Amino acid sequence: MAKYTLNINGENHEVEADPSTPMLWVLRDHLNLVGTKYGCGIAQCGACTIHLEGTATRACMLTVASVGNQQITTIEGLSEEGDHPVQKAWLEVDVPQCGYCQAGQIMTAAALLDKNPNPTDNEIEMAMNGNICRCGTYTRIKKAVKLAASSK
Amino acid sequence: MSQQKNINTLGRRAFLRNSSLAGGGLILGFSWLNSCKPKQVTEAAVMEMPEEWFEINAYLKIGENGVATIYCPNPEFGQGVMTSMPMLVAEELDIAWEKVMVEMAPYDADIYGRQFTGGSQGIRTRWEGLRTVGASAKQMLKEAAATQWGVPVSEISTADGVLTHDPTGNTLGYGEVAAAAMDVAVPEEVTLKSPKEFKIISNSKKNVEGKKIVTGKPMFGVDYQYEGALVAMAAHPPAFGLKLKSFDATQAKSMPGIVDVFQIKTYAEDYQRNFFDTNAFTELVVVVGKSTWEVMNAKKKLDVQWEPFSDYEYTVDRFGNKSQVKVPGGLESTDAHHAKMEEMAAKPGQVVRKDGDPESAFKNAAKVIERSYTCPFLAHNCMEPMNFFAHVTDDGAKLAGPLQAPLLIEGAIAASLGLPPEKVDIEMTRMGGGFGRRAYSHYAIEAGLISKKVKAPVKLVYSREDDMTFGIYRPSYQATYRAALDENNNLVAFHVKAGGIPETPIFADRFPAGAVDNYMAEQWEHNSNITIGAFRAPRSNFMAGVEQAFLDEVAELAGKDPISFRLELLDKAMTNPVGENNDYEADRLAGVLELVRDKSDWGTEKQGVFRGVAAYFCHNTYAAHVIDVVKGNDGNPRVENAVCAMDCGIVVNPDAAANMCEGGIVDGVGNAMYGGLTFRDGATQQDNFDKYRIIRHSEAPKNIEVHFVQNEIDPTGLGEPPFPPVMGALANALYKAEGRRLYNQPFIADKPPIVG
Repeated sequence: MAKYTLNINGENHEVEADPSTPMLWVLRDHLNLVGTKYGCGIAQCGACTIHLEGTATRACMLTVASVGNQQITTIEGLSEEGDHPVQKAWLEVDVPQCGYCQAGQIMTAAALLDKNPNPTDNEIEMAMNGNICRCGTYTRIKKAVKLAASSK
Repeated sequence: MSQQKNINTLGRRAFLRNSSLAGGGLILGFSWLNSCKPKQVTEAAVMEMPEEWFEINAYLKIGENGVATIYCPNPEFGQGVMTSMPMLVAEELDIAWEKVMVEMAPYDADIYGRQFTGGSQGIRTRWEGLRTVGASAKQMLKEAAATQWGVPVSEISTADGVLTHDPTGNTLGYGEVAAAAMDVAVPEEVTLKSPKEFKIISNSKKNVEGKKIVTGKPMFGVDYQYEGALVAMAAHPPAFGLKLKSFDATQAKSMPGIVDVFQIKTYAEDYQRNFFDTNAFTELVVVVGKSTWEVMNAKKKLDVQWEPFSDYEYTVDRFGNKSQVKVPGGLESTDAHHAKMEEMAAKPGQVVRKDGDPESAFKNAAKVIERSYTCPFLAHNCMEPMNFFAHVTDDGAKLAGPLQAPLLIEGAIAASLGLPPEKVDIEMTRMGGGFGRRAYSHYAIEAGLISKKVKAPVKLVYSREDDMTFGIYRPSYQATYRAALDENNNLVAFHVKAGGIPETPIFADRFPAGAVDNYMAEQWEHNSNITIGAFRAPRSNFMAGVEQAFLDEVAELAGKDPISFRLELLDKAMTNPVGENNDYEADRLAGVLELVRDKSDWGTEKQGVFRGVAAYFCHNTYAAHVIDVVKGNDGNPRVENAVCAMDCGIVVNPDAAANMCEGGIVDGVGNAMYGGLTFRDGATQQDNFDKYRIIRHSEAPKNIEVHFVQNEIDPTGLGEPPFPPVMGALANALYKAEGRRLYNQPFIADKPPIVG
């Protein structure tokens, strides 16, 4: 066990955990930030996507020991009121079915638009390819990413 | 036409108040409010909070300010019932949708009836009941207003949550008479609106849980929060055909954060399993600890010995009909399954339908075509792995988690925990997918047993590997089709023989039965110890695709356009049907084909675009798809466009319904192209998404158009029907693109590969 001070969603959190613990479980079990989802544990599905210094990162493969003082943003901290342009676009297009993967999809999309405000269809597909949606809402996700891009 | 409904035919308890919901008085039961940080509650939202709720019936409470909470009776797994079912109540209540809040109802089948998500039956079975609930509440509000005003109730009209005394123009809000309405007797009979009067139904409403989903609020079983809850994971045999022999917990127990390690037996000795108690692994080794990561690590340190089991049997109760389930011993493999399927296909099957004289018709035919098809086992792979929360004490059990069919598991839970069923409380959380898998919720029993043993609240969580290797899978199927044409290229005989491991997929009375004079359907089954169960459109998910791929080849042999050929057959089924048990309405099946033909501009050739069509009827709904495949710069085929036509009667929530069809098409393309679970020595050769391929963004259709047949027929289901015919339309388009037919799913396994 070791103690860590983590900067998550703009606030410092003290956590005591084994150094090998993935951030996914630190967020979910230690901090009750359960918007970040477990899907595969091997960085294949993207349900656990968070931002590490603004870059979309799979929390299931990111150990707590490797975070240091880098800033983490989770779905809970993407916006104060749930009104980030990507979240608004998701609601406007009414993307979700079961909804389980959508926090990860939104985090990947938000990181993409930060770096590339006007992505092509192909760039959207490539950036989002690591995020599985078992309900098959891909066409709506792409529509929502484009809507968010146009409204930014 | 409006309809008179006698409420006694619909189960009177639904119209009474549910004592388990705190009726009347001050209730602050908004789950979304509780889950928000204070700063996220806007002033407008607080202004909307009623100070007092008045419960009108088990589905509905109205605040003094006119806001209503409507309870959704059926579990939600993404099909949208939490929005569409309250729409039915709100329509007849005559309230503005903006004033409606939605909560999941508690599980209580005595009050809420069929609280089951499966078989695409939700809207179909709730259509009358939920509208009648709304109409009955509206009638009670009108009567309360009539008493207050001292006027005849017939002089009062309603709209958007306001009662108007028509002669004087006086108005009262629903909230102002809600308290008095609680004392009005439930009406014996109410009048329901005609479709022309609908204001909410057939007008798209957004997912009522959308905001919670996009902000990451806790809503799924795996997110369930409970003070002092421990985490549990369970080890099951690594292969079908094995069972627990012994285990050494010493090392696992010594790991940090571990509370206990022990064995559980899922079913009580004298418990009579029902047909949803499918479960290959009923003896598990459980690790309980303080956090998920610690438990995952300790589970790896378990030293467990497994051993093969011999053939055994158990009795299953299917709605009172008892039958024996035989479980063969042995470690099975996909190679052996394929050999067995070929062997079974070569032998005569059990004839389940025969019209005319197919033997003579085939003998005398001008042309005969025969083709065989297979598909693999599929894992459901719900994005939220199986999990359940349980807190079991001597006084009773509180369970919460994702499940499609609480009614089918509560008996098993009660028996396993040694509690009377009324002491078992099950909360239905939002599900991260279901697809049939969560109709088999043995994991809820497991959670209960673990909580009982450690005497603490516990959340049982399956890892992805546990989820994929402890499945209730889509079976592996095989079908051989034969068709005979006369010298004028008319279809004169049709023969299907289909079977599977371990169940047959056949529907003997489905199209083209009824459209061919000489018809025969045969089936066979070969038993297995691999557990199988419902998977989105069971059996149809194979039969639709292969039947529609075969008909495409028959049309080609006959030199006919694939849509015209099908419409010719359907014309015969309409005007001069063969047999009496045909399970589809030929005019509605023709209707979706005609709609998809028109909407897709079928018949116009586009350079580099390869088209395929398919149509199918299942789960009371009709679906037709046209799929366009193009070849990318890498030479790989990709679905560019899909056009879909559906006839599900009245469409309750059109945009959400379109979403469901889009998802069904993506799922169909994904499973036909990539899906597959294979076995060696009883073990699945895939246990996570690095080996089990799920369709991704870059492989999904680029555009999907959904069209609905407009009619006023009572609505039927949409969760399953769009899915099965996709495989056929895709196979037919790929044939045009690749110049060869694909007979075995997944299509990427075909040689030489169609995808580089």
